[in-house]
Amino acid sequence: MTRTRFHQNLDDLKEKLLVMAGMAEQAIQRAIEAYRVGDLSLCDLVVRSEPAINRMERDIDQMALDLLAMEQPMAIDLRFILAVIKINADLERVGDQAVNIAERVRDLQTSPAVDLPVDIPKLATLAATMVRQALQAFIDADAVMAEKVLTMDDEVDEMNRAVYRTLTRSIQQEPTNSHQALHVLLIARNLERVGDHATNIAEDVIFWVRGADVRHHMRTGI
Amino acid sequence: MGAAIEVRDLNAWYGSTHTLHDISLTIPANRATALIGPSGCGKSTFVRCLNRMHETNPIARVTGSVRLGELDLYKGAAPVAVRRRVGMVFQRPNPFPTMSIYDNVASGLRLGGLRNRRKTDEIVERSLRRAALWEEVKDAWKSKSGTSLSGGQQQRLCIARALAIDPEVLLMDEPASALDPISTAKIEDLIFELKADYTIVIVTHNMQQAARVAEVTGFFLNGYLVEFDATTKIFTNPSDKRTEDYITGRFG
Repeated sequence: MTRTRFHQNLDDLKEKLLVMAGMAEQAIQRAIEAYRVGDLSLCDLVVRSEPAINRMERDIDQMALDLLAMEQPMAIDLRFILAVIKINADLERVGDQAVNIAERVRDLQTSPAVDLPVDIPKLATLAATMVRQALQAFIDADAVMAEKVLTMDDEVDEMNRAVYRTLTRSIQQEPTNSHQALHVLLIARNLERVGDHATNIAEDVIFWVRGADVRHHMRTGI
Repeated sequence: MGAAIEVRDLNAWYGSTHTLHDISLTIPANRATALIGPSGCGKSTFVRCLNRMHETNPIARVTGSVRLGELDLYKGAAPVAVRRRVGMVFQRPNPFPTMSIYDNVASGLRLGGLRNRRKTDEIVERSLRRAALWEEVKDAWKSKSGTSLSGGQQQRLCIARALAIDPEVLLMDEPASALDPISTAKIEDLIFELKADYTIVIVTHNMQQAARVAEVTGFFLNGYLVEFDATTKIFTNPSDKRTEDYITGRFG
């Protein structure tokens, strides 16, 4: 009864999700770099990569759906496929956030440059690290590493709130900069969402590996 | 109403072969309990111990206790009395070949000494209704032979025959493995309905079937009970690696 072909299909599904992960990660890194150096060609690359990410999302969902229908997976295999479907959706949204950032960077480039007292690259690095570690936890089936990602989310949230406080004050003091400040505030919000998606991915890894539901701070199952 | 079955330190042998090792579990009343495991793991031997069928083989032996309510099956209970309370349905439908549908269902009642025709009619009809067969056979239930029915109908006839003597427990040893998907679905629906009145124990090789019909599942391996838990737990997140490896097809 050893299900060799089915387990090969699960390996293929994992590999395909990792390709999707690579695309989403590249998009967010390019968007961050575009912000940092003001490079519009990187913004174009991010926007142009979105249809491929969307196509990949549909392919992975179809593959997972076929396996659910044809193989009736159980236990860890069932949890794996459910985790893949959810991680797939989160990666697609990471891609969307990258596009949002790229579009805001484009718009920012049309306005005069202003010096805003916030450290977006630091926030971006933390959010990108969360995505990287969540994906590494998925690659290694490592629930302990996934748990570390969950603890990083609070830091990203706090940084986002600090950006909000600083920029609302800045808008009040220098209303002429409000256009740029609003864009940067929304970029911070996009990065905070990227951190949320990384958190979701980490939670799905824990669910897959341990069968424990740790969403919404239900962490007693660990 | 169904009754819970308490099994403690049950061991079984065929000759010198020790086929069940120290099985202890409680099968809940009015629930379906599925037993799964690879061929030869002991699950069929186990259910045969629950109605003293195991010892019908002259070289077979059992130790330990099996309690059904106040009755200890292996202490002073007559095997025939046990089988009146614990009915059984087998893998292949086995209606008595020379008997009508009616006589098949009435056979256990007659063996039990029931002679009243009206009472017998009433119980046979009720049993056929409970087995979801009545509507299909009511026009010729006294004339048509049991073996003229389709495989799925024959299996429901055997269920009706088991129900006629009003047991508390119904043991089913792969009851749908010889049936097509439509007949299988009917048997599964029936199991669902029968739970209200009986305790059901079903041995199955079909894990999706176990997941569909049973609230509780036990996994047997090499004569040992490896895991016994809520079906949802067994099939989504089993505690034992051996259970997980079996149900995900990593061995077997």
